[in-house]
Amino acid sequence: MTPKESDEAQETDEAQDEHDRLLPELVAHLRDNREHLREQWTGRITGARLLSAMTPDEIFSEATSIYDNYVEVLETGSTDALQHYARDLSERIIPRGVETEDVLNIVLLLRDVLARSLFEKYHEDFDLLNHVLDAYEPAANRIANMVAVSFVQERERVIRDQQEAIRELSTPVLQVRERLLILPIIGILDAARARQLTEQLLKAIRAHRAKVVVIDITGVPDVDEGVANSLVQTVDASKLMGASVIITGLSSEIAETLVTIGVDLSKMDTVGDLQEGIEEAERLLGYQAVRIDDVRR
Amino acid sequence: MSGVDPPEQAPLRVSILAQGAYLIASIHTALDDEHFERFQHDLIDQIGQRRARGVIIDVAALDVLDSFGSRILRDLGQVARLRGAETVVVGIQPEVAFAMVKFGINLDPMYTALDLEEGLGLLDQLGSSGAELPSRH
Repeated sequence: MTPKESDEAQETDEAQDEHDRLLPELVAHLRDNREHLREQWTGRITGARLLSAMTPDEIFSEATSIYDNYVEVLETGSTDALQHYARDLSERIIPRGVETEDVLNIVLLLRDVLARSLFEKYHEDFDLLNHVLDAYEPAANRIANMVAVSFVQERERVIRDQQEAIRELSTPVLQVRERLLILPIIGILDAARARQLTEQLLKAIRAHRAKVVVIDITGVPDVDEGVANSLVQTVDASKLMGASVIITGLSSEIAETLVTIGVDLSKMDTVGDLQEGIEEAERLLGYQAVRIDDVRR
Repeated sequence: MSGVDPPEQAPLRVSILAQGAYLIASIHTALDDEHFERFQHDLIDQIGQRRARGVIIDVAALDVLDSFGSRILRDLGQVARLRGAETVVVGIQPEVAFAMVKFGINLDPMYTALDLEEGLGLLDQLGSSGAELPSRH
């Protein structure tokens, strides 16, 4: 070890000693004043109109848990329990519309309430107050940071899960008759989704031995050049596998757009709506739907 | 020119089977120029000998069909047609179809069908009715 390093090590050791001596005192103070400080804190939360989606009872019970966890982190330095709790809390409150801003503000409020109480206790000895704050602040900031990060991470996880679910849900390939598949597309078609959709459709054509596919795009809000071209590719690829494709649900606006931007749709078989599409498909497959009454007559 | 013919015992890359009035050619591995010439020659011979009305080319074993391969198939279709037989390409795999459209490769104006069974059905349809044919591309 170089002399400089050992000096530094000694300094940090000293700071550590001071830290080790003061922390238990700090923790004891926060434990003794638990009721009072918690009340002050929840008062400030409701005063700032945070967490308006939750009832006062709920706020009180969550505040108690956070407070106890907070003091525990200060005492043990281990953030595991708090992190676990923060993640769990995020999971519970995200569906209720609690914003990141609220969570951050609440933790900062607690930090401020506790800091004030420390000021009050040590205001006669400025040096000691300084040391107490030295011990308190890094830990408090670390906690605030960690709670906010867990909240954001949890939110991002929820968003990712939902995106995945939407992607899975929105591209069903349904068989409605032997050798006839329907592909209702709902939502925005981007390049990745168009690609996934084509792959899924081609696999389904082979699995169901489909001869006709009806793609309904009533639920697609906007069709641009890229989407139109990927539809053309889907049609071509299906034909290579021996299945004809009928496109239904092209709105008049979309039809106009396509003509304006000059996408070549001459190879596409399009009809007005899904019903006509299915009727056309049945005709191609040699089916004819007849009312029972008409057959009996 | 190498001047050496491929040996007769070389692994069979294409098999041509007769089924009634139809010929079924299965391509087992990717063909190069030389093999293709031999294949085309054999096929045209057989169409004449067996008076075939239709040809099915099964490409199910191919995991890629590039512009060269598709041109070969188109040429074959045209030659077969001059000899009086319609050609249907069957067995294009989903991945192959997807890659083909991505690279803008097509088989126009050949017929395609899902598999052998479908291909035979399509040839029956082509032979029986001249009027209402499934759209060809």
